[in-house]
Amino acid sequence: MEKQDFKNQLKKTAHLARLYLTPEEEELFSRQLQSILDYFNKLQELDTTNVESMAHVLPLSNVWREDEVRKSISKEEIFMNAPEVEEDGFKIPRILKRE
Amino acid sequence: MRNLKEIKDLYNKNELKVRELIDFYLKKIEEWEPFIHAFLTVPYEEIEKQINELEKKPKDLPLYGIPIAIKDNILTKNIRTTCASKILENFIPPYDATIIRRLKDNGAIIIGKTNLDEFAMGSSTENSAFGPTKNPWDIERVPGGSSGGSAACVSAGEIPVSIGSDTGGSIRLPASFTGVIGLKPTYGLVSRYGLVAFASSLDQIGPFGRRVEDVASILQVIAGHDPMDSTSSPYEIPDYFENLGKSVKGWKVGFPEELWQKGVSEEVLKVLDRSFDVFKDLGVEIVKISLPSVEYALSVYYIIATSEASSNLARYDGVKYGYREEAEDLISMYKNTRGHGFGSEVKRRIILGTYALSAGYYDAYYLKATKVRNLIRREFEEAFKKVDIIVSPTSPILPFKLGEKISDPLQMYLTDIMTIPVNLAGIPAISMPAGFYNNLPVGIQFMSTFFSENRLLQFAYAYQEMMDFSDKYPSLPQKERA
Repeated sequence: MEKQDFKNQLKKTAHLARLYLTPEEEELFSRQLQSILDYFNKLQELDTTNVESMAHVLPLSNVWREDEVRKSISKEEIFMNAPEVEEDGFKIPRILKRE
Repeated sequence: MRNLKEIKDLYNKNELKVRELIDFYLKKIEEWEPFIHAFLTVPYEEIEKQINELEKKPKDLPLYGIPIAIKDNILTKNIRTTCASKILENFIPPYDATIIRRLKDNGAIIIGKTNLDEFAMGSSTENSAFGPTKNPWDIERVPGGSSGGSAACVSAGEIPVSIGSDTGGSIRLPASFTGVIGLKPTYGLVSRYGLVAFASSLDQIGPFGRRVEDVASILQVIAGHDPMDSTSSPYEIPDYFENLGKSVKGWKVGFPEELWQKGVSEEVLKVLDRSFDVFKDLGVEIVKISLPSVEYALSVYYIIATSEASSNLARYDGVKYGYREEAEDLISMYKNTRGHGFGSEVKRRIILGTYALSAGYYDAYYLKATKVRNLIRREFEEAFKKVDIIVSPTSPILPFKLGEKISDPLQMYLTDIMTIPVNLAGIPAISMPAGFYNNLPVGIQFMSTFFSENRLLQFAYAYQEMMDFSDKYPSLPQKERA
C-alpha cells in the first residue's frame, strides 16, 4: 500500500477505535504499523487450506451455571469510580447536536 | 527466612511473629524501591488490617502469614488497581479477583501491587505510565516484562513470592531477566476472574518464587475451577508436592531445533551449555524434535493478541470508571479520553487489532492467524507424544538496557519469540534460573503438555537440585544512583 493510502487507512482505523491521535502519532504509527504488517504477511506463505480456525485452546463449550439469586455489589460501589454521576445514573456528554 | 519453608518452620516453632516478618520485608522494600521501582502501591493500612484479621484465622492455613506481591492488573478490593495506565490511575476495585480471595482465605498477606507494562503490553516494563521498573542485577537494564515489578521484587528479596500474568511470556521473560522462577500454568487452570483482560484466549495468571516448592505452594492455592470464569477448566487439581524429589531418570527431553537456532545470542547459549551437563547427570535423554510452524508464532500472536485487546479495551470509555477528558459531545469525549488516557504501545496495539479485524482484512489477518495457531498447537501435541518435556532458552538475549528497544516495536516483540508459542498452544511452561553471564541472569524454559504441571514441577525441582540459585541475591546499589 502507498504511504499516503496507509496513513488514511490508519486515520480511519483510529476513528473506529475511538482514539484521538496527534499528527506526530499518525506519522509515527503509520511507519511502525506498516513494517509490522509487512512482517505479518509472512503468514500468507503457509498453506492452511484444510486447517480449521481455532479461537480457543480448551474443548469447552456451552458453559452454564445455575441461575440463582446472589448478592451483588452495592450501588455505591458501582458508582464510586465513575467520572460523573447524576441520581442513579452515569452522566455523559450530549449525544445529539443542539439545533 | 527467605523462602516459604523457612518461614513456616519459624512460625511453627514460635520463633517468628507475622508482624516481625512483614516488617522485615517492608524494610527491604524501603531499601530497594528507590533503585528499582517494582511497586506501584504499598497499602500500609490494608496490610495492618490483614495482619489483624489473620490473628483470628487457623495457623495451619497453607499460606499463613506469607507476604505476597500482586501484579497491578489483578483486582484487589479497596487497593488501587491501575494496570500502570493513566486511564485507571485512581481506580479502586469494588471486589477481589478470585485468586486474591483464595490467597487471603489461605492466609496470605497482600503487601503491594507491582509495576507492569501498561495493560501488560510490553516486554520490558518501560511502558508503565508511572515510570519503568529496573533490573535489580543492573539498574541500567530492564527487568523484562510485562510482569517486571513482580519479578524484580522477588529477585531483590523485597518479597518471597509474587503473582504475575502471562499472555505471551510476561511471567517467564522477567523471571529469566531477573534470575527467579516463573510459572505459566495451562490455559484455564487458574481463574481469570478479576484479571484485567488483555487477550482473553491467551492470558493466564501464575506465580513467581525463588524455589520450585514455593511456586508449587502458590499454584496449589490459586489453581482450580471457578464458576465466575467460563474458560476455567473443571480439571481436578492434584497435589503439586506429590512428585517433588522424585527421579526424572529416563525422561525424554525434546530439543526443538527451531528454538535454538537463529537469533539466540552467543552469551545465552554459552550459559545454557551447562544445563545440558545437568540433563546428563539427571539421566534424561535428549531427543531432537521439530516444531516447523513456530517461526510463524510471533505474527500469529501479535494478530490475535491485538485483535482481542482492541475489543477488551473498548470498555475504557470514560463513562463507568476511570479517567475522562471532557468534550462537547460523546464521540469526542471517547476519543479524547482514550487518546490521552492510553500510552503509545496500547494505542498502537488497539489500532493494529482494529485493523486486523476490520472488513477486508479479517480473512488475511485474524482468520489466517487462528488457523496457524491450530497448526502450532497440533505440532506441540505431536511432540508430546514423543517427549515429556521440551526445552528452550526463555529469552534469546540477555537483559537489555533501558531505552534500547523502546523506539522499535518489532525488535521489542522479537524478545518474546521463545515464550509466545506456549501461550498459543495453551500448554504450561516454567522459566528456571540457569546461570549468569557477567552477573546478568539467564533463564531456561521447560514446557510440558496440557495440565501436566505436576510433572513440569517434578522436572524443574530435579533441575533445581543440581542448579540452585535461590540464595543468590543482587547487592543493593550504591546510593544516589536511582
